[in-house]
Amino acid sequence: MGEARIKPASAGPAGEHVRSDLNVRFEPTSEPLAVELFSKVDYLYGEVIDNAVRRVTDAFGVTTGRITVTDAGALEWVILARTESCLRRAGLDGPPVLPNPAPGADAPRRRSRLRRSRLYIPGNQPKLMISGGLYGADGIILDLEDSVPPAEKDTARLLVRNALIALDWGQSERMVRINQGPLGEEDLDAVAIHNPHTVLLPKVETEELVSATAETLQHLAGEGAAFLMPILESPRGIHRAFEIASADPSVVALTLGLEDLSAELGAPRTTDGSESFLARQTTVFAARAAGIQPIASVFSDIEDEGGLAAYVRRERGLGFDGIGCIHPRQIPVVHREMTPSESETERAVRVVRAAREAEEQGLGAVAVGSKMVDPPVVQQAFRTVELAVAGGLLAKDWDAEG
Amino acid sequence: MAMKLERNAAGRMVPVEVNGRASIPYQGFGNHRPDGVKAAPRIASCVDYPADGDKRVSSLKEALEKVGLTDGMVVSTHHHLRNGDAVGNLIFDAAAEIGARDLMWFPSASFPVHANQIGHLDSGVIHHIEGSMNGPLGAYCSAGKMRGLGVLRSHGGRWQAIQDGEVHIDVAVIAAPTADSFGNANGLRGPAACGLLGFALADSIYAEKVIVVTDNLVPFPCLPWQIQGNNVDAVVEIGSIGDPSKIVSGTTRITQSPDRRRIAELAARFCAEAGIMRDGFSFQAGAGGTTLAFAMYLAQLMRDAGVTARFARGGSTQHMVEMLDEGLIEFILDGQTFDLDGVRSMREDARHQDTSPFTSYNFHGKGNFASMVDVAVLGATEVDLEFNGNVVTHSDGRLLHGIGGWQNCLAARCAMLLVPSFRDRIPVIVDEVTTLCGPGELIDVVVTERGIAVNPRRQDLLDAVAGSKLPIRPIGDLKAELDRICGVPAKPALTEEPVAVVKWVDGTVIDTVWRVD
Repeated sequence: MGEARIKPASAGPAGEHVRSDLNVRFEPTSEPLAVELFSKVDYLYGEVIDNAVRRVTDAFGVTTGRITVTDAGALEWVILARTESCLRRAGLDGPPVLPNPAPGADAPRRRSRLRRSRLYIPGNQPKLMISGGLYGADGIILDLEDSVPPAEKDTARLLVRNALIALDWGQSERMVRINQGPLGEEDLDAVAIHNPHTVLLPKVETEELVSATAETLQHLAGEGAAFLMPILESPRGIHRAFEIASADPSVVALTLGLEDLSAELGAPRTTDGSESFLARQTTVFAARAAGIQPIASVFSDIEDEGGLAAYVRRERGLGFDGIGCIHPRQIPVVHREMTPSESETERAVRVVRAAREAEEQGLGAVAVGSKMVDPPVVQQAFRTVELAVAGGLLAKDWDAEG
Repeated sequence: MAMKLERNAAGRMVPVEVNGRASIPYQGFGNHRPDGVKAAPRIASCVDYPADGDKRVSSLKEALEKVGLTDGMVVSTHHHLRNGDAVGNLIFDAAAEIGARDLMWFPSASFPVHANQIGHLDSGVIHHIEGSMNGPLGAYCSAGKMRGLGVLRSHGGRWQAIQDGEVHIDVAVIAAPTADSFGNANGLRGPAACGLLGFALADSIYAEKVIVVTDNLVPFPCLPWQIQGNNVDAVVEIGSIGDPSKIVSGTTRITQSPDRRRIAELAARFCAEAGIMRDGFSFQAGAGGTTLAFAMYLAQLMRDAGVTARFARGGSTQHMVEMLDEGLIEFILDGQTFDLDGVRSMREDARHQDTSPFTSYNFHGKGNFASMVDVAVLGATEVDLEFNGNVVTHSDGRLLHGIGGWQNCLAARCAMLLVPSFRDRIPVIVDEVTTLCGPGELIDVVVTERGIAVNPRRQDLLDAVAGSKLPIRPIGDLKAELDRICGVPAKPALTEEPVAVVKWVDGTVIDTVWRVD
């Protein structure tokens, strides 16, 4: 890389409103490297910030130039990501300096797990990520696609990588939504080895895209390769729903994006959702046929709690196992509405008990009272009991006596 | 000038003399028992006042001349009009006009609007301020530019200081949304209606001279007389005592921040799970976004459990009024009205009672309401591993807030601090608070978005929530997590020059605020 290609660059937001973030500016000079810091937390973390910036410049072998850091209380993983991004934008290159891993950074992924709620967090807004693991969502989606403007894709990718390492996501499944096309490949290069549990693939229209992505993940992360959740967002995608759902063993769930879909259909998105009924139903059928989870789209009005509850009931009624959330406030509502009713739960408990008894006695058929129960009903009963436990309707040890 | 300092019972170095008066270092909770008699103004005679009761004078300047304002006097004002207040500034402009110097300003609280006083501090009209200092005034004091020491008191501590004679007010200036020409006044009506005038009550009783300033003069009698004209020397009518849009908000807003909502919800659930929320209980909540959200979550839990509160204390808002109307609360004992619904309710509903720092908070009285409250939820800038709280300074030592009723509310049976665990990388849970405002023995629970820490002194509360799903964690555990998330902070360097002292509710000095360079 020739010196001539190095140019002034900047990464990160600037201005009065910025909080928990920072701006890093680099200007090439022939003088020895100078780092100037403006921070409202300099009296507590001035040295720590300077040190973080210099670890990145050291890794990149930067010895000249001027770096100006304007910080508004960013955490270390954000400082590392923004500095790296700034230097890369300047035309410099080097190995990334990664933050210290949080407890839970190596939490194992699980194919079969509750996916009732998944919370979208924009990939370029560290402030919204910091507490993401606290809200009890079944999954957290660090989004690199629609919520990140094109000019910020490069930085967001590094922020998401560092957030996967440095933040404790608690019980939530660690999900990343990547971009389409070549940008998406760069996304995978950055995050694949940092234990994303599941990668969301936007606008999938072919099974080839799914298997190619699975291959890329396998290549990058081997044993640790993430699961996949394709998103159907076009009439073509809906048409190939089953092929997509069954394209690769790493696919664990199938979802759909209604905003883009309605736009392509030329049908305005309505509250009752009649324009997308077939698409939603098709998604459920395809996912169930492929033995994976069907997951519904998001509900975008944060203030309308009643509307959200009705939406969750409706989608659950269609057979969906989960809903997308765009604000933490939606999570408890989704969990509440995804919890089966008491009568559903009682029935399911009877079936589960009967199934266990049948297994103990080595019987092939399950009977509740005088009625025979078919295997899919038994399977559904186990799912209902799991949801009832997760929703707090049944105690974890409900079966302790029986 | 080196000031003589002494280590108080909390281990803090404090001046033994404050603005020329001997001061008592903090002795530990409940250990300082004053003797002596209460202070009082001189006896007045009605022969010196108009028999027809008309005490009007034409201007603030004339009023100050009439009450004999002279250099070095103590002039008090009040914060009922909050950031919309005009009178606090106008009265010092008038004092400057008549050439007064070296006055002590004794506000019940100051707001950013009072940055006007910096000019009067610079020119020598005001010598120093004893009262909350934040914003530009806080920065001014923190930089060591004020000639005297700032003295920070709680609302109850201010009553105590006046009653005990620590502060003798020469001239009290009361901005009154409604008044008559005799000086009877209230805050219930008029363009600047603010609800009640409780913070001015002590001043009206104990000050040598009292001036009532109003923009809504009504014919005698002004009812109810929250301030009694029998204590008033002069009444001034002016065009406007304040900007209504900054006095009360149309509606107070519940926080939208997911973290703060989580904190509020955890706090409300704690009250339910610990058995604090039971029929006939009482709570204290203010108008901050997080405490409003707390009241909202608590209301839902009360509804679900069919529980009614006997009374709620503190600042009233639309949300509190809705709880009263719904029957979730039987009475509101209101110390400060924050929005128009609160003002209306106080005017129209006999169950919505105005209170004063005397009834609610005064430590040197025969009891006060604060200790009769089951649970109080409060904020803080810092809380340390011993559960000590700071509410006046930023972690860099700069003055940021007044104490308000915070210290007084710690007397509740369960005092809870609702705080984020860090703000923009600045940890709220620290090894040792920068400024000690409330001793840890009075702070029972700290609720953050990352978990709830219960003071080990409150084994009863720990037992009550054992087995619940609440994230109860030792405070040291929370601190360790913050060190991991934020990094271990450096110890900020403070100077050794006092710029202000923090009084405890009994008038002793609990800590010192140091100059910041």
